[in-house]
Amino acid sequence: MDLKSLTQTSGEWLRGTGPESDIVVSSRIRLARNLAQFPFLSRADDRVRTETEELLQGPISSLPIKGKVTYFDVNALEALDRQFLVERQLISRELAESHGSRGVGVGPEENISLMINEEDHLRLQVLRSGLALDDCWEEINRIDDALEEQVAFAFSEQLGYLTACPTNVGTGIRVSAMLHLPALALTKEIQKVFQAMQKMRLAVRGLYGEGSQAMGDFYQFSNQVTLGPSEQQLIDKLKEVIDGIIKYERRVRDELVVKNRQRLHDQVARAHGILSSAQTITSEETMHLLSSVRMGINLGLVDGLEIPTVNELFIQTQPAHLQKLRNEKLESSERNVARAAYIRKRLGDSSHEHN
Amino acid sequence: MDQAAIVVWDPCKLQRFAACRLTWLDFQSPAVQYHRHPVSSMRKCSRCSKPATLHITELKDGDVHALHLCEACAQDYLSNVEAGQASDDPEELFKEHIENSIEDLHDVDQSSCPNCGITFKEFRSQGRLGCPQCYLAFENELLPLLENIHGETQHTGKLPQRAPEASRRQFELIKLRNRLRSAVDAESYEEAAKLRDEIQTLESALGEEGED
Ligand SMILES: [Zn+2]
Ligand SMILES: [Zn+2]
Repeated sequence: MDLKSLTQTSGEWLRGTGPESDIVVSSRIRLARNLAQFPFLSRADDRVRTETEELLQGPISSLPIKGKVTYFDVNALEALDRQFLVERQLISRELAESHGSRGVGVGPEENISLMINEEDHLRLQVLRSGLALDDCWEEINRIDDALEEQVAFAFSEQLGYLTACPTNVGTGIRVSAMLHLPALALTKEIQKVFQAMQKMRLAVRGLYGEGSQAMGDFYQFSNQVTLGPSEQQLIDKLKEVIDGIIKYERRVRDELVVKNRQRLHDQVARAHGILSSAQTITSEETMHLLSSVRMGINLGLVDGLEIPTVNELFIQTQPAHLQKLRNEKLESSERNVARAAYIRKRLGDSSHEHN
Repeated sequence: MDQAAIVVWDPCKLQRFAACRLTWLDFQSPAVQYHRHPVSSMRKCSRCSKPATLHITELKDGDVHALHLCEACAQDYLSNVEAGQASDDPEELFKEHIENSIEDLHDVDQSSCPNCGITFKEFRSQGRLGCPQCYLAFENELLPLLENIHGETQHTGKLPQRAPEASRRQFELIKLRNRLRSAVDAESYEEAAKLRDEIQTLESALGEEGED
């Protein structure tokens, strides 16, 4: 696996399968870990950063998983390649934008990402398509166990795993699921969801593409508390809440179809029409229209287009992806033209396949 | 008077005393408000455009008033909460208390971690600790902060594989007690009875070991 070959593929977690995948795009669990014998990164000089990177690189390349882990030396990558990895959700913006020795190990099919020298020495992450938090936990727990046989993580019996920021201490776990909630967003019912989450100490974030533009009705739900409850308790709580939100979204979708089928169908068909024929299109408009089309597919209002294609378009129409695909640097206006051409091609291809 | 209290909170200590309104004063470092950390969102000072480091929430007659101030405006605000009031006046008491808190905070700011050398002030401004030992060095300051963020200060999750057998069992006990509490809260008494038995078995096993 190298960056060039990544442009030709997409992450397994985008394949649009798995439980509840019409609403739950992906599940993700991350763990924050630090090597016991080193200072955290805020007090780490270049020598320490190099040492932690070298010390962790070995163990992460011999994990008990199917397939191989590919290591990317982020410090040696150009800005465009770093942005490309951010868009694929393999590294965080923080890792892309910091400096000094740092990198990421990427597992087969992009289901595993192991960031070295981010906010903590090691950030492990496992991703799955659909609602599959138990699978994520099973795998990440196994990887963590294997790493602990080779390195000692900072741990206290009272406070659990010790992290650079006190908001992550304890389990160091962030359990999250990305949901597509176009009906709740359309009817503004999403506000009620936000309020309920706040009371339960759960976080909701919009997904952002270029700059701070909100990305088509995708919301990421995650735990805020990391100290006190066990990993399993935190996972179970999030699962319970997500089950409720899925039912809520389905109910509102059904109501919309019953009451406004024609208007909804019109909106979806127009979105599909613009995407199939536009000559220039911004990232923001793309996200917005893809969101409508994605809902339309799930409600049986669009023919000849599959969820994985739409999921992939969300990632592949982002700036660094377009530039990697075209193999050249593009200004914003040039990207809008390239983006429109790419979408026309993908939507044209997939409708031919089905005709 | 009895149903209300002033709560002054800062990372150093949590203190309460009776007065006619409920106020939280919390000193937060800008870095803790960094967007990746959901503790609180980045806010600007309500009076100027500098980042707010003081967040004051007043509960008055059931209404919530939130005020976000930078250090300078906060000093100004606090110096206006005064004048011509008897010393047992809650407002005066409140002001005195805050002045004490700010003084205490100043002392705490100078303290540092013997292992990595980071000062508490540096931690407050970056929101990141310097090393694992910082959790011990700043324990008194961090525990109330952790309580505020997480609602708990005892880990009950995963234990490293290499942890010694004795602490593994101690930890199992902590976990079981935690589960017992949830079971009682959920009124699952059958489950609670089972857990109580398990705890007793483990306790007596640990006790025997201690006598050796
Ligand atoms: Zn100000
Ligand atoms: Zn330290």
